[in-house]
Amino acid sequence: MDPNAIDKAPDAADAWPDQIYDLLKKHEIRQVCLVPDAGHSRLIKRCLADNEIIVTTLTTEEEGIALMQGAWLGGDKSVLLMQSSGVGNCINMLSLSHIHRCPMPMLVTMRGDFGEFNPAQVPMGNATQAVLEAMGTLVKRADTPEDIAPTVDAVIRMAFNTFRPAAALIGQRVIGAKTFGKD
Amino acid sequence: MLAESGKLDRRELTRALLADRGDLAVIAGLGAPCWDITAVGDHKLNLPLWGGMGAAAMIGLGLAQAQPTRPVLVLTGDGEMLMGIGALATIAVKKPKNLAIVVQDNEHYGETGMQETATKYGVDLVAMAKGAGFKHTMFVTKPEEVPALRAAIHAGDGPFFAVAKIDAGSKKLVLPPRDGAAIQHRMREAILGDAAYHQL
Repeated sequence: MDPNAIDKAPDAADAWPDQIYDLLKKHEIRQVCLVPDAGHSRLIKRCLADNEIIVTTLTTEEEGIALMQGAWLGGDKSVLLMQSSGVGNCINMLSLSHIHRCPMPMLVTMRGDFGEFNPAQVPMGNATQAVLEAMGTLVKRADTPEDIAPTVDAVIRMAFNTFRPAAALIGQRVIGAKTFGKD
Repeated sequence: MLAESGKLDRRELTRALLADRGDLAVIAGLGAPCWDITAVGDHKLNLPLWGGMGAAAMIGLGLAQAQPTRPVLVLTGDGEMLMGIGALATIAVKKPKNLAIVVQDNEHYGETGMQETATKYGVDLVAMAKGAGFKHTMFVTKPEEVPALRAAIHAGDGPFFAVAKIDAGSKKLVLPPRDGAAIQHRMREAILGDAAYHQL
């Protein structure tokens, strides 16, 4: 990973990004939409390399909420990948899930959450779970690497089995925060 | 098809675009396009949006990608399209052949007291779509251009984007079903059959 990038990606030895990819395949996810995050970088690469998954890169995360609505109308299961700041862009659009009872699973890598360096990430990172829940989203957190796959699995199941928005928050404690030598 | 203003009548335009629609699925953006598609004949393949302003084009993309052989029309207003304008970039990159977006442009926010939108001041949505990379676009102001617009929606060489300048007058309210779960389910059933209720 680029040592000059401001966000931290998972280490090559971490298994959880590949475990999430395996879960997307198990649940027959056909469309993956995203605004990139370093925490999801390996998962995004794996999805892009998979000809059975349609990857849509969005200009803003709320487009992903709308895309999931359209995909479900056509019989495709989809997920939205984003970082916690992007959750703030989705809030009004999440009403679509409640209007239509549309399954909308979201996999969110947290910033501004645990040992954050960048002041700009903190307001939305600190509010992510509260605003999702205020919009009726089921929210489950994973703060250890071994807890990520079961949490993502549960969130995908709850979204599609109970027709709701559901979010898995992958804690910054798992990936770690960059410190830029200011330890 | 022209109103007294000399601009296209939105409802007559909608009626012409949806005539002999075949298996066309229609997403209608929040507001008057929903009343228009309902006034010319409610349909199981109609999804009128009661909310989610700015969502219509992206819902169209998700559906078009899930059902790549079915024509999908997003019929929306200028205010709704402006709110989700980034979708033009997203859609142009994905190049869905079966997706058409038609903006009924009355240059006003019709549901909130007829405040002017940016298109009133010359913002050119067709130029924005072209700039995003849409190869097929139309700018429609005359009734004799409408048959070609209808044909482009069904042509399958999209993504296609059009602006039709319409009269700003509001029409009789013809409300679609208000239960969003019901209108989602009827479209899924029309597309997927019984499998719509058994998807795991």
